[in-house]
Formats: sequence, structure tokens, C-alpha cells
Amino acid sequence: MDDGLFCSCVILRLYCLISRDICNRAVLVANLAPVTALVEARGLVKVYAPKDRKSEPFTAVDGIDFTLHRGEVFGFLGPNGAGKSSTMRMLSCVSPVTGGTISILGMDAATDGRAIRSRLGVVAQDDALDNELTVRENLLIYGLYFGLSKAVASERASELLQFAQLEERAADRVSALSGGMRRRLSIARSLLNRPDVLLLDEPTTGLDPQARHILWDKLYQLKQQGVTLVLTTHYMDEAEQLCDRLVVMHKGKIVAEGSPRQLIEAYASREVLELRFAVTAEAAPADKIREADLCHRLEVLPGRLVCSTDDGERTLAGAHRLGIRPDSAIVRRSSLEDVFLSLTGRSLVD
Amino acid sequence: MTLAIDNGDPANALPRRIGWVGARRALSYHLFRYRRTWRGTVVISIVNPLLFLLAIGLGLGRVVGNHAPTLHGTSYLAFFAPGMLAAAAMQNGIIESAFPVSRATAPGGSYAVAKTTPLDPTDIMIGHLLFMALRIAMSATAFVAIMVALGATRSLSVLLTIPAATLTGLAFAAPTAAWAARAANPEAVGKLFKWVVMPLYLFSGTFFPVRQLPPVLRDLAYATPLWHGVQLCRSLSMGTATLGAALGHAAYLAGLFVVGIVLARHAYRRRLYV
Amino acid sequence: MSEQLALRSARVVVTRHWWVIRGANPWTPLVEGLFEPFLYLMSIGVGIGTLIGHEGRVIAGGYSYASFVAPALLATSAMNTAANQTIWGTWYRLQFEKFYDSLVTTPLTTTDIGVGEAWAATARGGLAGICFLGVIAALGMVHSLWAVAAIPAVVLIAFSFASAGLAVATIMRELHHNQYVQLVMLPMFLFSATFYPLSVYPTVVRDVVAVLPLYQSTVLARGLTLGRVGSDQVIAVAYLAVMGSGALWFACRRLGGLLAL
Repeated sequence: MDDGLFCSCVILRLYCLISRDICNRAVLVANLAPVTALVEARGLVKVYAPKDRKSEPFTAVDGIDFTLHRGEVFGFLGPNGAGKSSTMRMLSCVSPVTGGTISILGMDAATDGRAIRSRLGVVAQDDALDNELTVRENLLIYGLYFGLSKAVASERASELLQFAQLEERAADRVSALSGGMRRRLSIARSLLNRPDVLLLDEPTTGLDPQARHILWDKLYQLKQQGVTLVLTTHYMDEAEQLCDRLVVMHKGKIVAEGSPRQLIEAYASREVLELRFAVTAEAAPADKIREADLCHRLEVLPGRLVCSTDDGERTLAGAHRLGIRPDSAIVRRSSLEDVFLSLTGRSLVD
Repeated sequence: MTLAIDNGDPANALPRRIGWVGARRALSYHLFRYRRTWRGTVVISIVNPLLFLLAIGLGLGRVVGNHAPTLHGTSYLAFFAPGMLAAAAMQNGIIESAFPVSRATAPGGSYAVAKTTPLDPTDIMIGHLLFMALRIAMSATAFVAIMVALGATRSLSVLLTIPAATLTGLAFAAPTAAWAARAANPEAVGKLFKWVVMPLYLFSGTFFPVRQLPPVLRDLAYATPLWHGVQLCRSLSMGTATLGAALGHAAYLAGLFVVGIVLARHAYRRRLYV
Repeated sequence: MSEQLALRSARVVVTRHWWVIRGANPWTPLVEGLFEPFLYLMSIGVGIGTLIGHEGRVIAGGYSYASFVAPALLATSAMNTAANQTIWGTWYRLQFEKFYDSLVTTPLTTTDIGVGEAWAATARGGLAGICFLGVIAALGMVHSLWAVAAIPAVVLIAFSFASAGLAVATIMRELHHNQYVQLVMLPMFLFSATFYPLSVYPTVVRDVVAVLPLYQSTVLARGLTLGRVGSDQVIAVAYLAVMGSGALWFACRRLGGLLAL
């Protein structure tokens, strides 16, 4: 862990102490553990039993370690099948770990699932809302699981409907809601028990751009109120927007860890130059660029050359001098996407 | 407005094992839901058996008259009605478990939500079974009221047929829940009705005495749980029950219920905690 | 010429159904279709027949009580198979899966689709009925050569219920409406003189039952298998033909409104 990160962790912890835990002394006594780490996973392994006799057992998560601190937004980034959702299920204590340990809020996930779950909020990928009930009833009925009194559940439901901007739809059936509204409702529902940690599995998958932005605003609001958020995503922009810290998962392992900026610095150059050609016409220019050693890393794709470089314009000028005439050329800043692709490869995982 | 953490929340202060508290919360979930959706259940759980009671019990009863040799002088309606009560309880037990459990277990179903709360799979299962028991008992009560109104019974012990029918329903509901939590989809549930429920319904002594069957089928019918439910309800409704026989039938049904619970507990755990 | 074209195009829809059956095991639906009426025949026909004893023979006019119930179950199996095919299958493709939205962009008209669906369901219902007819003949519950005419009669029954089911499928908007359909089908099965003659009912009820389509189907089938054919059977044939073609006409009109917007 580098210094910057360490400092920010210390500051975060101080913030926790001052802003919340001191106000609630009883809790501070009961939960000294959160002061060190909210979640601590060591050597986490998940192996699924084979579905039938012919297939092999499947290792979804292959020995990962991570630590989450109070108040931060932590992301699991990875392609489909990287083990993100399995990790999330183990974190929400509904999937027994095959190996290793998870400690959440100072309790052991293997034995204290019930107590841990009472302090978690979980937003699953499929919203699992009750289509036959209204928006408000969906919140009230969820309160029953936590033993909330009618009055408390009703009060919180009103607050949360306001937060989710669903007040006007409160009496509508859930089946009439759009995808974005459904997701906001399922986030509102997960907050009904005032959780310490909110787990979100691919919160914006399948939503249109407007709905995504509204959702990001809502999550940012929660972050500012000090809710610890854990999310999985395969959208780079989402990870860059929301996460303080993230890990990149690939084939059940953590392949990189850090803040979005740190990852870009560590795994990608400052800029990227993309040159487009007719398909199959990219081979000759690729050889020229390689010979002239114009960039740090050159990726050859059908009809496309991707050059990692410190100064895109200079590299482009160099290419022009070599007599390379691309159909089009784009210079852009490196993004998390470049990190991601260089770490996990370009081929489809499924 | 703060939506965030509130560790002093009474909801969060849960002991490690909450046992019945969890099951009660799961039950209250189903009750809340039922208050909104009960209309859709009336036809299948009350009207259908009532139609059989009228068409077969009253209509066919007129044809059979009082002189059927195998009925020993009782009217066909008095013979058929308690049998139908037990058969309807079986059907309600399976309807209340097969479809709802397979829907709740499917991705996006209500169990997926419940399991992320303090409830554990056993709480979820017990809570749902309690609700099924309530539903079966409600339908049975309505049926018995109609039986009395039609003069199909004159014995006071008919009141005991309500718990007897409920037990019959549960003896089917619990194993069905175990099965549905594991494997069921709407198509499989349809097959269950066609290949298991229908034959039981028609050959377990509801429509005619099992004694009439050829010996092999008769012994098979004696082994079916529905026959025990029918016998129990019939003897209570006719006022001919003996303590020993009634306890025997009840024990058989209770045994099936317990086996169902054990299987369901295992199935829920396997299916919900992947 | 348009009529001819309609029939030829409707065959595409029938072919689609045939491929579905061919792709799965073609015997499975047949066995499943026979299973339920057979159970009823054994339980009520034979079981209750034994219970009733002599009275049953009086009802059946000298034959066994089971011979009285069997043709009613024959009509019911043709009805159920054909109607379920259109009420559920067509409804699902029409209103849920929206499969036909992709067919109307081809030269097929909505009438072709309606006729094709009714045709396919009639074939399934008729086949189920004919197989059950074979079963009851083998069990000795058929008592007249008129029973040969029961083959086209069963197809007619299947046709009229396939069309009626198709009409229902074009009206029904939501899945939970299925309970209303059940609310019609089950009482019709139980009260259409299936298990005892009409004379059991009070006069008012008799008149109501007499206009039920399943009652007419039962009268037709029973007359033919027991060899008692008269004006009642002629009326039943006319009734079913009118109901079937009327329902089909209505369903095709509704389909036009639903699909060709």
C-alpha cells in the first residue's frame, strides 16, 4: 500500500470516529472492530460443486484478499465470469465460503450470517421486486423482515421514496415502473434497515444513459452521507466516477488494486493513439511503427492500431513522417478501459 | 435527512439465533401480501371443490340414493363430502406450495430478497409453511360450513375435520415445497398435477370406497396419504371415529409432514445458500 | 380465389405446429391427453358404477354405467385438448410472446393465422378424441356401429371448441384471467349430464344445461356410441357447426384488430 492511500485511510478512519461513532458510544463499545476494518477477506475461495457427473467443479473465486474501510466506495471490476458476483454473495453471507475467511463488522461471516445480514443492504442484479404490490408496499413489506414496527417502516418508506424520487409513483404498481425507477426502488428498499454497508451487484447494467446518471447521483449522495458502498461493475466510467478504490478481477483472482488514477498510471501510458485502416491494411504500418519504436506498446487489431504513448500528437506526427496514411486517427487520454483490457485481454470471456 | 447507518436501531439488534421470530417475520410477509392478492385464490381453493360437492355429491347422490350396498345405509353426499374435504385439502396444500415456492425460489423471486435479510433459509421455509397451513385451514373451514349447510353431516365431531384436513394438506405441502424449492418450474408442476395429484384424487376413496378396488390397487390405495386423510375426515364427519384409528391416520400424515419439513429444510438451504 | 389462398396460407401455421410436435416426442401429448379421461372413466365410470349397481344400468338404458359416462368423457377430452391448445397456446404466442407480430409482416393475413390456429387445434383435439374412442371401444363400452360416425363427430366437437378457445384467446388480456376460464370449463364438465341424465335436475336447471356446448357434444357422442340416434343428434351437429364457425369468424375479426394495426 503506498503512502497516499495509507494517508487517506487514516483520514477516513478519523472521519469515521468523529462524525459517527463518537455520537453513538454504545456502538463504539460494541464494535471496536470497524475502527480497524469494516470488511476483511483473507484467502477467499469459492468452488461450486459440479452440476452433473460429466462436469468438473468450478472455481469461481481463487484465493483473494481485500480490506474495506468505513465510508469508502469500493469496486470489483471485471469481465463476466471473473468471480465478482460470487464474491458479492459471500460478502452478503448467503453463500458459504469454500476456503479462507471473511470478517464483516468484526463478525465472522461463516457463523454470524444472521447478525451481519441485519446490518447489510443488498441490491441484487435482478431487482426482485414484487410486481403485484405498489411501490410503497414493496418497501413496507420488506420492513417486516427486519421486524420494524409499522410506524417506523412507514416513516422510513416516506423518507426513502423521497430519496429515490419515487414519491409520485408511491401508489403505482411496480410493474408500471421503468428500469431506472425499479433500480432506484430496490436501492431504497436496501436502505430500509439503515445498513452499515450497501452491496450493489452491477447497479447500472441494462439502464439507459439518463437513468445511469440519476443513479450515480444517488449513490454519490449516499457516499457523502458516509455509507460504505461496495459495487461490482464492468463499466469503466462507472468505476472511475464512483470508486475510491477498486480491484480488477480476472478468472477468480485479483490482478490489480488501487484508486482509478493509480491503476491508470501503473498499467497504462498517459495517452493513447488509435489509427484506423481498411481491414487487413494495418499489418504494414504496424511493422513500420514497431521498427521506429514510436510507442511503449502497440496492439494490432483488425483494421486498427492502438499505440500507448506519452504524447499522442508527437507519435502521430512520427507516423506521418514514416509515410503512414491512416483513414482516421484519434488521440485520447488513457482510461480505465485500457488498464482493463491490458490486464484481462481483449477476447470475450463467455 | 440521514438514510445512513444507525447502529442503535432496534431492528439491527438481533440475537444470533432468532428461531420463531424469523419464521414469524416470514409469515407476516406472506400475510401482508395475501391481504392484497387474496381475490385470485378464491376460485381455485373454494369454488372448485364446492362445484364437485354439488355436481357429484348432490347430483350423483340422487342417482345413488340410499341403497348402495357398499355404503351401508349412509347417503352418498354424507359419504362423499368429507372425502372431498380431504381431497381439496391435498389439492390446496399442493397448489399453495408448488407454484408459490417455485416462483419464490426462481431468480428475482421473493426468497432471493428474504435471504439477504436476517432471516435464514429455515425461517423462510417455516414462515411460508405456516402461511400455507393458514390457507389450507381457511379453505377447509369454508368447505365444512357448506357441508353443514347442505346437511352432509350431523355429527359434532365434524369440527375436528378442520384440523384433520389441515394436517392432510400439510402432509402434501411440506414435501411439495421441498421438491419445488429444488427442481420445479411451471411445466413440472403441471406434470405433478397430472401424474400424481389426479390419480390420488380419483382413487383414494373420495368418490367410492377403496374396498371396491381389485386387491393390488386396494393395497396401494391404503398406502397413499390421501386415503388416510379421507378416512380420518370421513370418520370424524360421520361420527364413527375411534381413537385408535384416528390417531393412526393422523400419525401417518404427521410423519409425512415431518419428513417433508426435514427435506424442505435441506432443499431450502441448498438452493438459497449457493 | 382469396378463400383458396387463405386455406393454403393457413397451412403454414399448421405446419409450424406439426414441426413443434415432430421436434418433441409425438407420443407424449397423446398419452397425456388419454391419461386424464381414462382415470375419470375408471374412477367414476367403473368405481361409482359398482357403487350404484342396478340404478346405473337403468340410466345407461341396459348397458353398464361406464358406457354412459364414456362418451361424455370422449366429448370432454376433445373439448379440453382443442380448447386448451388455443386458449393457452395461441394466447401465449399472440399476447405474450408476440410471435404473430412477426408473421403479419409476411404475405400471411390475420385470417390465415386464425384459420391455421383453429385447424391445428382441431387436429390435436380430434386425434385425442379418436384415440379415446379406440380405448372405450376396446373396453367394450361402444354398443353400436353408429360409433364410426363418432369419428367425424369428435372432429366437429374439437373444431367448435378450438374456435371458441381462439375467440377467448383474442379477448383475454392477462394471464390471471385464466381463473375465469376455469370457472366456465370445470362446471361445464361437471354439470353437462356427464355423470347422470338431465332428469336429475330441477326443470329450470335442465334448460340452462341444455344450451351448454359440452352438453350438446355429450348428447351427440352418447347417441352415437350407444346407438340411439335421433333429432337431438341432428340439433347438436347444427349447434356445434354454428358455434364453431361463428366463433372462428369472430376470432379472425378480433385478430385483425389486434395484429394489423
